[in-house]
Amino acid sequence: MATQERATLGERQVREDPRRALVPIDAARFGYDQARHLLWRAGFGGTPAQISAIAALGPERAVDFLLESPDAREQPPAADLFDRDIMRPYTAEERRMAVQARSARDEDTLAQLRAMRQQAQVRDRRQMREIQRWWLTRMIETPRPLEEKMVLFWHGHFATSYRTIEDSYHMYLQNQRFRTHALGNYGTLLREIIRDPAMLAYLDNNDSRKGRPNENLARELMELFSMGVGTYSESDIKEGARALTGYTFVDDEFVFNRENHDTGPKRLFGKSGAFTGDDFVEGILAQRATSTFMTRKLYAFFVGDLPEDAREVSPAARVVLEGVRTTFTRNRFAIKPVLRQLFLCQHFYSDEVRGQRIKSPVDLVVGGIRELRTPVRDTSALLDALSLMGQNIFYPPSVAGWAGGRSWINTSTMFVRQNTLAFLLTGQRPDRRDALADRQPYDARPLLDELEAVFGPGTDELVVERVLRTTLGRVPTYAASALLDVLHARGGKRDHAAMRDMLLLVTAMPEYQLC
Amino acid sequence: MDLHHSKAFTRRAFLERGVMLASATVVAPGFVQGTALGLPSPSAFLASLAGVPEDRVLVVVQLSGGNDGLNTVVPYGADEYYRARRGIGIARGNVLELDGRQGLGLHPALAPMKELYDAGLCSVFQGVGYPNPNRSHFKSMDIWHTADTSGTGEGWIGRYLDSECVGFGAGESGSAQGAPPAINIGRTAPLAMQGRKVNPVSFENASVFRWLGEDHDRELKGEYDRLNRRESASVGDTNEAFLTKTALDAQVSSDLIRRAVAAEPLVRYPGNELARQLSLIAQMIRAGLKTRVYYASLGGFDTHAGQGGANGRHAQLLGQFASSMKAFYDDLKAQGNDGRVMTLSFSEFGRRVSQNASNGTDHGTAAPMFLFGPMVRPGVHGTHPPMSDLDGGDLKHTLDFRHVYAGVLDSWMRADASSILQGRYRPALVLRKS
Repeated sequence: MATQERATLGERQVREDPRRALVPIDAARFGYDQARHLLWRAGFGGTPAQISAIAALGPERAVDFLLESPDAREQPPAADLFDRDIMRPYTAEERRMAVQARSARDEDTLAQLRAMRQQAQVRDRRQMREIQRWWLTRMIETPRPLEEKMVLFWHGHFATSYRTIEDSYHMYLQNQRFRTHALGNYGTLLREIIRDPAMLAYLDNNDSRKGRPNENLARELMELFSMGVGTYSESDIKEGARALTGYTFVDDEFVFNRENHDTGPKRLFGKSGAFTGDDFVEGILAQRATSTFMTRKLYAFFVGDLPEDAREVSPAARVVLEGVRTTFTRNRFAIKPVLRQLFLCQHFYSDEVRGQRIKSPVDLVVGGIRELRTPVRDTSALLDALSLMGQNIFYPPSVAGWAGGRSWINTSTMFVRQNTLAFLLTGQRPDRRDALADRQPYDARPLLDELEAVFGPGTDELVVERVLRTTLGRVPTYAASALLDVLHARGGKRDHAAMRDMLLLVTAMPEYQLC
Repeated sequence: MDLHHSKAFTRRAFLERGVMLASATVVAPGFVQGTALGLPSPSAFLASLAGVPEDRVLVVVQLSGGNDGLNTVVPYGADEYYRARRGIGIARGNVLELDGRQGLGLHPALAPMKELYDAGLCSVFQGVGYPNPNRSHFKSMDIWHTADTSGTGEGWIGRYLDSECVGFGAGESGSAQGAPPAINIGRTAPLAMQGRKVNPVSFENASVFRWLGEDHDRELKGEYDRLNRRESASVGDTNEAFLTKTALDAQVSSDLIRRAVAAEPLVRYPGNELARQLSLIAQMIRAGLKTRVYYASLGGFDTHAGQGGANGRHAQLLGQFASSMKAFYDDLKAQGNDGRVMTLSFSEFGRRVSQNASNGTDHGTAAPMFLFGPMVRPGVHGTHPPMSDLDGGDLKHTLDFRHVYAGVLDSWMRADASSILQGRYRPALVLRKS
């Protein structure tokens, strides 16, 4: 491992030849820093031992491990993990009661029914909180980080908010759907999303019927979920909305309501027929715009920000986008071949990409816990912090999802980011509600041990360098000297407290926001 | 660097200023008072109206839970009111009269607000609501926040900030003192402030608007400052440069805000949560922050049971609201800043006309909305929803709240109301004729 340290440390690759951007990275160039990068992008970072294990696999096997890793330790969640009946529709009996009470102007019964509904809503919001905690915990604990990362991708892509639909179990079902297809097939997911109760409610398709179609789902299906704005016509929206009429749900199940479906002839993407919603989706999948748009979206999530103006895209990124798009089409929208190609290509490991992405709040929190091995602390406080940082999971700001990139960052989110990491390291809550502080100490010893196991013993300078390489992916001189000062102030004692203080400083650096 | 409002301002000037502010505590404790407060302030509101629009500030006060509009502005002239509210109605003799012809008056607990009203600092818009009213707190609040009856999308203030380019593109340092374009005082940021490009700046207490790691080990603060108050080593418009600049902005803002709120207010504020928030806001305005929008809120208006009448729980809440607003404007006036600051208050809905069996009121619809400040068109505006023509026991709104938003955006903030509200709403007349 000592040789590897010399081979990759501080080494800057020569300017990348854009024509070679898609060529897989040479195994000899895949070391600790590259493995760290891969773990951050294809998951939520890793500890020194994990990074080093990934590095030892070499690029091909490392990527396969992340893509395939079957791990029996994590079972699919049990079907009855959450209560599916809190927001169930009225039973026939209750419906009859309500109708009778209304016609008899029986205010007491009506008030009773209203109160029942309100109580159910209170319980449902509580369950939503439980589901939020459940998913956050799963991201923190999962042995298959790429799977949860893809769930997060799909959640931002097919953005649906509990705020609007007010049915926690439907949000849970949708989240599970994203997990089932996390690394599966985009086409399949698109076919399923027009049957997803949460989505159907969110975009009002349950109110869409023959004669008065609601265009919301048809529009977003093309604009945000597949083709991108400007690649279809207004008439495609109108006709698509007609095709989607009657796609609704009852309780937790998709229902195709034949009576509400418009069976008349429609014209979509230049073809005519008595199209259904499923035909509409097939039409979308046949458009070239879909693979282009989805490739860009995957690139932006896993590789780097893309400028809105296509002319400003770097030559290397352009080569990669085109190559990956071809892979995506050739494999009929299977996700794994696309990710394999992205995670293996030279461009992915270039200076243009490595350490240039702003961590999402979820990356920051989940990654911080995972890479530093901090206690998980109070997940409710972490969810509050995520919300303050702009990423309240299950509550995306709109159907367009989270804008990501620089929109995560302003002066207050900067402090919340720093203070949330300080919370993980010290237990002191970011809202300074000290009575609720978490007294469980952070033990930095395992991290130090792992560093030593990977790199061997070393001087203060070397330890500082390794800490920075692991946490920042780089070793800026100003950071190294700051950490050395911390060590020296403690008489060079490399103990738990010194380590924690170093990490407090590192996690408060602007560079810690990057991965 | 792309700058808001095209004020020439270089990065170097910002840095120098930032460093100067950063060291001001040591060098000159009275620094902020000495400069920002000493700026020629618009002594009269007329000067401010004719002056530069970017001096203008909007404060939003949210009354959460659904404030009972009928017991706030009481239609004492309507018999229906007293018939529907035998337990909690406000007797005519207790009402502070606003408009004798219409038979309208304020709840007695609103006496401080009546003073503002009499001084021409308060305007009342009657019967404000929106079509197909939603009675869920969450949904209706979202509708008010997004200015969209589906309650989805970005917030109206967020869209304002996006459209005014005070977002991350220019950086918060787009304003000379590194102040955030909008600040919410509270634990979580309201949807209203959520933009596409701009994330709301939000803190419950200025004392957490800083790095808390130093509380753990004070010796780290020096190193922390060195790491967070520096120029980026990277060249060009990289994310690293952006983060380094925002980190510096954060330090400067934090210094500025914490020093601002450390100053003693010029008047005594009552001891309630809204007053605390408004006094923080007043001190930030006084310190000359370039922030355009502030957001404060007061909860507890969900008075399903034991609401009380002239006295009791609702009266207490109204008293807190009115006394806080009065202290706020007294403070602003003493500062000479009152003419720059308009306040808009709203609640997600009013309450049902008839009281319920628990001497409370359930979720309803339309309610009055208030604007405060010396620039507002004082008086009672619009028409009261007819008490004899209800919709299933609820008031029918006579004014869509988006007309009021449009008026504030259009004539006070000088922004493009129809693009921000994503629809054309005839702006309500909100400013007095000068």
